[in-house]
Amino acid sequence: MGTLHIAGVGKAYKRYARKSGRLLEWLGSGPRHEQRWVLRDASLDIAPGESVAIIGANGAGKSTLLKIITGTTRQTTGSVTTQGRIAALLELGIGFHPEFTGRQNIYMSGRLAGMSTAEIHQHMGRIEAFADIGDYIDQPVRTYSSGMQVRLAFSVATAVRPDILIVDEALAVGDVFFQQKCFERIREFRDAGTTLLFVSHAMSTVYSLCERAVLLDEGRILLDGPSREAIDLYNALAAQRASHGPAAAIVGADEDGEGAAGKRPTGSYGSQRVDIEAVGVYCNDVLAHAIVGDADVCVRVDVVFNDHFSDPHVGFQLRNKRGEAVFMTHTHGMGLAIGPVEPGRRVRVEFRFKAILAPGDYTVTAGVADAGVSGGGVQSSLARVHDAFGFSVARNPFGIAWDGVCNLQPVCAISPSAPCQPSKAA
Amino acid sequence: MLMRAGRELWAYRGFIAESVKREFRARYLGTQFGWIWAILQPLAMISVYTLVFSRVMQAAMPGHESPWAYSIYLCAGLLAWGMFSELLSRSVGVFVSNANLLKKVSLPKLTLPAIVLVSSLINYGIVMSLFTAFLLITGRFPGWVVLTAIPVLMVQICFALGLGVLCGTINVFYRDVEQMLGVVLQFWFWLTPVVYVTRALPGSIAEWMWLNPMWGIVHALQGIFLDGRVPDWNTLLWPALLALALITLALRAFARLGAEIVDEL
Repeated sequence: MGTLHIAGVGKAYKRYARKSGRLLEWLGSGPRHEQRWVLRDASLDIAPGESVAIIGANGAGKSTLLKIITGTTRQTTGSVTTQGRIAALLELGIGFHPEFTGRQNIYMSGRLAGMSTAEIHQHMGRIEAFADIGDYIDQPVRTYSSGMQVRLAFSVATAVRPDILIVDEALAVGDVFFQQKCFERIREFRDAGTTLLFVSHAMSTVYSLCERAVLLDEGRILLDGPSREAIDLYNALAAQRASHGPAAAIVGADEDGEGAAGKRPTGSYGSQRVDIEAVGVYCNDVLAHAIVGDADVCVRVDVVFNDHFSDPHVGFQLRNKRGEAVFMTHTHGMGLAIGPVEPGRRVRVEFRFKAILAPGDYTVTAGVADAGVSGGGVQSSLARVHDAFGFSVARNPFGIAWDGVCNLQPVCAISPSAPCQPSKAA
Repeated sequence: MLMRAGRELWAYRGFIAESVKREFRARYLGTQFGWIWAILQPLAMISVYTLVFSRVMQAAMPGHESPWAYSIYLCAGLLAWGMFSELLSRSVGVFVSNANLLKKVSLPKLTLPAIVLVSSLINYGIVMSLFTAFLLITGRFPGWVVLTAIPVLMVQICFALGLGVLCGTINVFYRDVEQMLGVVLQFWFWLTPVVYVTRALPGSIAEWMWLNPMWGIVHALQGIFLDGRVPDWNTLLWPALLALALITLALRAFARLGAEIVDEL
């Protein structure tokens, strides 16, 4: 129960040059359409109880893959075999009739999920309690906020533990507290043996829920491996796309990954025109793999330019263990300029700062861009070394104990007050 | 194919039942009298036809003495036609109008026409019980012969569903079908002797009337209710064959295009 076997699945939509083309095809003329592939040759094997994230840019084919797995859309090639009951949350609130009350809609959705009226009746209390929308449960759904619809939909879909749970972006709609509640339930299911398939753009969620991730790009599986690796590659792709840079080789994209970038971590890329020679964190001019919180440190990036650039910029990024960027900036963002460079020019950029970081492990990622644009952005990314340097931060024994992303340095006041007296009769 | 479709529909019977319930509830949602309207509307229709045509216009059926004759003739045909046209026009649009559901939930698509079928059967059941009550009151109930209406109605249902699902499938790709059907149904109604009698037609047209599958069906029902006459089964052969052909064609079209329906919605 809960296994998922996907072999060579592809999906192509038919595109007709003319509306009449399809009719002519029906009447026996030759093919008059071209196929537009949105998913190609996807193969996945998911074991019961495994949690797998599917990540990728918009239009990468994530939703299509999920729709094929749930059976909403039929694949053009390949096969999908699933075992056990699937509960899918592809865009919530659907199937809800706006004129009916939440309760009436629960019966409808439950029926659609194959439950009997008696079963729905039996679970009603649990569904109501989890959705936690109070009296609204007996109001028409049209009076609901989108958040309330999500609450109800998630509650119905997960009333009974499924063997396979498929969650699309949907949860992004709910408020933070409800999201936490959902994740708790998802974790509960996962621990009880439910196979989880999760699509999200929130990489920290992916990281915390799934040990394995599948990166889809332009309809193909680019990487199927540990979440961290897939997220790194995803981030690198996104960074490169955003900068409209030339298609440089990205480590991880090519399984044979040989060549200049071969030894670098997943998500790095470079070009012939510039080379990031070294990246390191220094404390008192000594390379530091371990620092104490609040210490004065310096991120040093050594770059060699192999081409002419009028206004290149260098930047860095600090990321925590969960892969979240804690901080990033670059020379242009700081209002500085390296100035024009000629081939063969070596540049060292140092960013000095006080390491106000929570205890834990961090990595430094460095990048070079070809030109700054107004507004503090950069035009196109030339090279990037992903997780080039790792270091750990120990707690500053002289500071407060804290955790999180940012130290708010709170001031705390505790006012002593008289012990509570039983209030006088009014 | 037919077996598999049947199994799927059976597995989803709970959903079909709930959808039909919801449909009826939706229709009378926000009304004070709810279900009473479901009875009042057809009751009004039957009363209008019987009063206007029998009493006011004094329409007499050739060869019939009773003042109710024309009303019975009219109702027998009209109620059956109403079911036919409801079934047909709703199944033609059923995939398009449920696009949201089909795109997001995985369910056997044939449950949608099944919902249409069940709900129009219930509607027909309501009006027919009113009609039966009217026949009993006027003392014109034909007796056991009404049971022969069941096979006639089954032919009509198969014909309407076959045509409806076939057109409904095509309609997903060419929405013109639904528009065209509205026009066709208008002509079809007046080309079928529901309001007038077949004998009123010029001989040359009456001769070809058998080509209209609805003629055989409506004619048989009119005979049952007006004269208590067992249908001439030969006149139903052609509609039955046509129904069978349409269902086969619909299932084949569905098998071939079913997967593409969701892509096109």
